[in-house]
Amino acid sequence: MSVYVNKDTKVIVQGITGGTAKFHTKQMLEYGTKIVAGVTPGKGGTEVEGVPVFNTVQEAVEKTGATASVIYVPAPFAADAIVEAVDAELDLAICITEHIPVMDMVKVKRYMEGKKTRLIGPNCPGVITPDECKIGIMPGYIHTKGHIGVVSRSGTLTYEAVHQLSEAGYGQTTAVGIGGDPVNGTDFIDVLSAFNDDPETYAVIMIGEIGGTAEEEAAEWIKANMKKPVVGFIGGATAPPGKRMGHAGAIISGGKGTAAEKIRVLNECGVQVAETPAVMGETMIRVLEENNLKEKCKTH
Amino acid sequence: MNIHEYQGKEILRNYGVKVPNGHVAYTVDEAVEAAEKLGTDVAVVKAQIHAGGRGKAGGVKVAKNKEEVRTYADEILGKVLVTPQTGPEGKEVKRLLIEEGCDIKKEYYLGLVLDRATSRVVMMGSEEGGTEIEEVAAATPEKIFKEVIDPVLGLSAFQARRLAFNINIPAELVNKAVKFMLGLYRAFVEKDCSIAEINPLVTTGDGEVMALDAKLNFDDNALYRQKDVMEYRDLDEEDEKEIEASKHDLSYVSLDGNIGCMVNGAGLAMATMDIIKHYQGDPANFLDVGGGATAEKVTEAFKIILADEHVKGIFVNIFGGIMKCDVIAEGVVEATKQVGLNIPLVVRLEGTNVKLGKQILDESGLNITSADSMADGAQKIVSMVQ
Repeated sequence: MSVYVNKDTKVIVQGITGGTAKFHTKQMLEYGTKIVAGVTPGKGGTEVEGVPVFNTVQEAVEKTGATASVIYVPAPFAADAIVEAVDAELDLAICITEHIPVMDMVKVKRYMEGKKTRLIGPNCPGVITPDECKIGIMPGYIHTKGHIGVVSRSGTLTYEAVHQLSEAGYGQTTAVGIGGDPVNGTDFIDVLSAFNDDPETYAVIMIGEIGGTAEEEAAEWIKANMKKPVVGFIGGATAPPGKRMGHAGAIISGGKGTAAEKIRVLNECGVQVAETPAVMGETMIRVLEENNLKEKCKTH
Repeated sequence: MNIHEYQGKEILRNYGVKVPNGHVAYTVDEAVEAAEKLGTDVAVVKAQIHAGGRGKAGGVKVAKNKEEVRTYADEILGKVLVTPQTGPEGKEVKRLLIEEGCDIKKEYYLGLVLDRATSRVVMMGSEEGGTEIEEVAAATPEKIFKEVIDPVLGLSAFQARRLAFNINIPAELVNKAVKFMLGLYRAFVEKDCSIAEINPLVTTGDGEVMALDAKLNFDDNALYRQKDVMEYRDLDEEDEKEIEASKHDLSYVSLDGNIGCMVNGAGLAMATMDIIKHYQGDPANFLDVGGGATAEKVTEAFKIILADEHVKGIFVNIFGGIMKCDVIAEGVVEATKQVGLNIPLVVRLEGTNVKLGKQILDESGLNITSADSMADGAQKIVSMVQ
């Protein structure tokens, strides 16, 4: 088992003819992901890496039976691409694109209310279920199949955590990047809840960063609902207030959203937080040991 | 992006939001001329810098006649204002807003922000105007009223009315307050603001509802479609290295330390600063080269770090996903060829095309210390700059 994606997931690539999309389509195919179609308006009838290209998502879905899409469309047009995926009633839309105007996402979120599609991102690395399905931009080779769930606001920090786990012999069920924007489709609680229900996931690592209160809300949810141990890390302990640290959502404003506050609430709710990004893996292993899960989670 | 108060008021005026008459002045003579144009007895001389807390720092003065305008303009122009928001080094005043004085009856607070929890824009109001909203929230949270706005409908008139009544705007002025709020919301949405704060909003003796101050911030991601807002950018208010970085679409924040950092991904870039601090080092900057960086962009990024005279060593920490390690390696080699390298450089590469990247660095003949992990890299660079 896994969450959101598996070996049977059929995927569309929106914006497939762009340079980044082409590169990652090739990488995803090599990983074994079932990429069944691409969409670029006006390029219908052509092929990219042997994948047929259609003019609209609707047509791609009708012809291929795809249930998920990954979006590499440039920021000015990305909101429209998400809406197109939702309109085509896909189960899952994963938006990699960064720098989408916030107002566009506010409207997209409003449009998505009551619709069946789950949006992951934007401004995220995607979702991977090791050895089955890789949707996004993450380097596939660092992931190994196993029992740790990974959820993160940051792409590269997800890789860092996964790499540390894999090196130590602990594989992952699924790694989900929820993205660094202030308005996103899927939050920590959605993913924690999915991992809570997934019988193959025995423990979860949650990687947050400064800005907003999503980590605090997740901590409260964990305390009330989570049946599995959760380890945390918060990036940006040394970030100055009032400055946007790369991610649109990573800003301490009005004294709110500091790493110290997030770590305090997480600890209070029973979540152990790694002291540095270099010991995310170690911290997880220590917590697995405390919960008698170390042997069960060791995969290689 | 931030703009000045007078610029914010120009935008609001275009949306029918009432603001006092005023003119910008760059010199003392212009300030006096501006006061003459206003034709009022009382004029307010206001320092224009991108930071709040100007009043308490002596940057806002009420002049009762033209001579006082001259005196105050002379005093404030060129002065370095230190406020809680400028940092200890302060900011030099290069522009003034000369504004008509008004007969204030009462001060209120009005603000628009994105509420991340609901993914909606929220209008906040309070009758505790003139103080920081964070202070009001801490001391008397019951005095803050909020209206969550549906992006399809926009701010509804009833919501604006309810907010106006809740913050005790006098009944006879509620319609004017509603017009003000609707205009402010329209400006917020159409100009892609990230914050619009009117503190204080005032009611006046002659029955007006107007913005005595205006702070507008804009969503950087939307500036591509806000050309007129871009015109308001004041480079004097920004860090030189941050300006250079923004020309190349690099996400860069200047810090006080001596270890230059080049990282891909905002999360990893923040975590790299954190781990340098953990090993008792001091990062000189936050720099995320982003996902789609070319070798040229990486070269520019490296040059910006090297141009900082405080930098005594550089730590390149890359975990390639969308970013390829070979592109980083090429950029580093090219930059050092162009500008030379006399300080320690520690490189940690992992992820997409890592072998190719390491090979490029090895074959370059550059004096590079390689690191196996971010902890290893951080410890190495910290010990090398000591």
